[in-house]
Amino acid sequence: MNILLATSTTAMSGEGVYNYGLVIFLMMTGLYLVLAKGNMIKSVIGLNIFQVSVIMFYVSMGRVEHGTAPILLEQDLPHHDSEHGHDNHDDSEDHGLLQTRSDVALASTADGNHDADGGTDSDVHPQAHPEDTEANSPSLHTVDGRTAYSNPLPHVLMLTAIVVGVATTALALALVVRIREYYETIEEDIVDAIENRLQKEEAQS
Amino acid sequence: MIEWSQHLPVLQVVVPLIVAPIIVLFRNKNIAWFLATATAFFSLYTSIELLTIVQESGPIDYAIGNWERHVGIVYHIDIANAYILTIVSAVSAFVFPYSYHSIQQEIPEYKLHHFYAALVLCLTGLLGIAATGDAFNVFVFLEISSLSTYALVAMGDKPGKPPRASLAAYRYLIMGTIGGTFILLGIGFLYMMTGTLNMAELSEKLPALSDTSTVRAAFAFITVGASIKLALFPVHTWLPNIYTHAPNVVSAFLSSTATKVSYYVLLRAMYTLFGAALAAQALQLKLLIGPMALVAIFLGSFNAIKQTNIKKILAFSSVAQIGYMVLGLSMNNLDGLTGGLIHLFNHALMKGGLFMAVGCMFYRYQSVELSDLKGVGRTMPFTTFAFVLGGLGLIGVPLTAGFISKWYLVLGAFEADVWWLAILILIASLMAVMYIFKVIETAYFQEPNTDIEVSEAPLSMLVPTYALVLASVYFGIFTEPMLGAAREAAEMFLSAGGM
Amino acid sequence: MTFVSTITLVFFVLLAVVAVAIGKMRSLFAAVMLSGIFSLLSASLFVLMDAVDVAFTEAAVGAGISTVLMLMVLHLTSDKETHSNEVKVFPLLIAVLCGAVLLYATQDMPHFGDPNAYIHQSATADHYLNQSYDDSHIPNIVTTVLASYRGFDTLGETTVVLTAAVAVMLLLGRPKEEEHDLSKSPDPIIEVGAKMLIPYILLFALYVQFHGDFGPGGGFQAGVMFAAAYILHALSGTVRSAQEAASENVVEKLIPLGVLLYAAVGVWCVLKGGNFLEYNALDPEHPAHGQHLGILLVELGVGITVFSAMLMIFYKFALRGREVR
Repeated sequence: MNILLATSTTAMSGEGVYNYGLVIFLMMTGLYLVLAKGNMIKSVIGLNIFQVSVIMFYVSMGRVEHGTAPILLEQDLPHHDSEHGHDNHDDSEDHGLLQTRSDVALASTADGNHDADGGTDSDVHPQAHPEDTEANSPSLHTVDGRTAYSNPLPHVLMLTAIVVGVATTALALALVVRIREYYETIEEDIVDAIENRLQKEEAQS
Repeated sequence: MIEWSQHLPVLQVVVPLIVAPIIVLFRNKNIAWFLATATAFFSLYTSIELLTIVQESGPIDYAIGNWERHVGIVYHIDIANAYILTIVSAVSAFVFPYSYHSIQQEIPEYKLHHFYAALVLCLTGLLGIAATGDAFNVFVFLEISSLSTYALVAMGDKPGKPPRASLAAYRYLIMGTIGGTFILLGIGFLYMMTGTLNMAELSEKLPALSDTSTVRAAFAFITVGASIKLALFPVHTWLPNIYTHAPNVVSAFLSSTATKVSYYVLLRAMYTLFGAALAAQALQLKLLIGPMALVAIFLGSFNAIKQTNIKKILAFSSVAQIGYMVLGLSMNNLDGLTGGLIHLFNHALMKGGLFMAVGCMFYRYQSVELSDLKGVGRTMPFTTFAFVLGGLGLIGVPLTAGFISKWYLVLGAFEADVWWLAILILIASLMAVMYIFKVIETAYFQEPNTDIEVSEAPLSMLVPTYALVLASVYFGIFTEPMLGAAREAAEMFLSAGGM
Repeated sequence: MTFVSTITLVFFVLLAVVAVAIGKMRSLFAAVMLSGIFSLLSASLFVLMDAVDVAFTEAAVGAGISTVLMLMVLHLTSDKETHSNEVKVFPLLIAVLCGAVLLYATQDMPHFGDPNAYIHQSATADHYLNQSYDDSHIPNIVTTVLASYRGFDTLGETTVVLTAAVAVMLLLGRPKEEEHDLSKSPDPIIEVGAKMLIPYILLFALYVQFHGDFGPGGGFQAGVMFAAAYILHALSGTVRSAQEAASENVVEKLIPLGVLLYAAVGVWCVLKGGNFLEYNALDPEHPAHGQHLGILLVELGVGITVFSAMLMIFYKFALRGREVR
């Protein structure tokens, strides 16, 4: 068990680094596309990539190991607890499940410091619960007997960011359409060249 | 009975936010103008009320949704943002009435109600940035003001001519969105390290975390993002084309508000959020920002002298004025920061008035090129005199508001042991004389073009122009109201950082 | 590594490949299609990271609306290829510098997925996870945070949508006499196929609007899907024929109505003695019912504005074409 915990901790720290590194790479690809003024539509796409990467960054900070989406599961709703005697699984099994989990949790505390990585691998102890009804199988997302949820706040913020992003894209594209109608091109360097020529002509007249 | 006065902080932003969609519902240009102007006046009334309350009894907190600060969004009005709210509202209260004739000349009638809706939305965004006490909320309203700005500016395209306004708006969109995304990134870093978005909580939690690379990077990103929006050298390149090619109403409004609010955001970030936390690094940053401000001042002034388009002159002048504001910030002492803040106020009044005067000239001459405006001092004496008054304020002649701000900047320079800055400020003011005089020379000492029959601008345009310009003179003589507020705000920022 | 983290890594690598491919691509059509793929991959990644609402929105908005708009611009500009493809040094330097600062920033960051990270231990997260059901009786915590706790942000976001619509109307609007519908009726196969799909899309959109309390969904996603149904109708016929179902005048009036509904809920709370957007005031005896009512109404407002704004933006792009000059 110690070895298992050790590897899972290393895996997490390895994940910790590559995750951010990849997001940063995506951000910078988008930023480069925008700054390297080439085709206007590509610049808009680059801006999109940049923005979506920032969104990815926020979302990844909200994630909790073994967590699930922040929508409360049936068993975590208060009315469920007060009624769990009447639900489709009986008392003894429910309590048994929780007790067995915390027994197991205590056992692993004795063995090693599982508090450090904040979660126990639930599939380490298959024999603790022979009967596992579907309505009450928190195997993937339970940590210390409670469900682990990912943090909802980054999600909320990023919903806003996505909408802001599409609004910006729509506006940028509308401007590109207007520019194209006159200059007949959407390559920034050609537009600059035309503008230089026009301004020279105007200065002479 | 409902005590509406206790809801003033949120009404300041919500009333324009409600009026804008109402304007979209009515197709009528007169109703649109009327609603926009009424909103501007209401906004001015509210902001003055808030400023008075804050000066008498200290900062106000308003919990939207009545959730505590770690759960919901809380509006926090203190002397600094009440000051900014008043300036933005005041400018709108002068520019919106002025707009009636001015904009009708520049855009087709069927677009007018959308134009006013976008204008009110821009106002909503700017007010929302200033009033809030929540970091992410700043981003949302920043985007509202930015998006509306892009469309408002692009309306300056003339039919059959190259769409320079749309091009300028596109370039501003790209740079502005990068800036906004940098700010978003910085906010994300701060949230990641503290778990909160509330500015007061951030200012409490950040000092303990100031040693982390994440917080330092957040500081860098937020500063760069705000600088892009502020048009600080070297990321100022979007500004000249925007002010030049936008419709005159939009140039007047934006030049007096958009960069001012971005300056406020920079101050808030530097002093309130990071102040205590990063005092040492902030000092180094100011040493970096100071030189950029100086380059902005000289580059802006020098470019202004070269131009033949009055709006371009004023636009490059704005780059220089922003340099003055940031110079005051970089001095990191009471006089310098007061100077920066009072210059913010003065520039809003003066530049707004100047652009409005130029708008009057365009209204009759259909041009803003100096070559077309020869002798305008004789054909449009009142308008030109308004321009002269505004120009004097820009130069910093005594008895105008511009003098007070330059005075404080000089005081700040002496206090920071960089007395030679005072000499540079003087030289830059002389450069301002040069570009203002260029306009005066064309206006008064050249023969007017007698082909065109030109009369004075309509009263509805002239009166607001004079009101704004005369306000600049008034506050140059009776300095205490706004100067007191600026000094208080500077004190607040420098001491505890606010909140 | 676990299965989930392997798949996450694969998606990240795919995203990186697609991003670089977009940069190198000369054909604009291919670049736009790749950007649609990028959005879909991102949406899948968000699902892997437990952000289901975000994934839903990104798929609808990013992969859906953005791609459609870009394709329409391509059609209007009729440019096929871009010529400039050499690597520009100065932008590359800025990007590398930026990336370096970002990597520096990650040094002190909590690890990916660490449940002991500051944000998960904060009072904010504690309230959201443990009290949101007591406050609003809604299982989807994201909906409670979005529509109630941070409802003012969402009002701002709805205003952003309104602003985008007004802006596009300003930028691309033409007087009625000059609007040309250059679209032609496409294949009968597309017509029939679309007609079969549209009712289900509408039904699903309606479901998503009101089911956002219990699962991923809500006003934004539903609004976009409603608009998608109408856009599909327009694409499968001509724009003018689609406008018989949703005329520009009606749609233009709907855009502000959503924002007004949202703000009206806030004002109603004030009239009932609470703060702006304090839904508890709507039903002082049962605050959770007040919350539920408030959230329902504001999500409806969001849905109305998003639907009409997206549709109007589509109309403006679709009717911008001129006869060839």
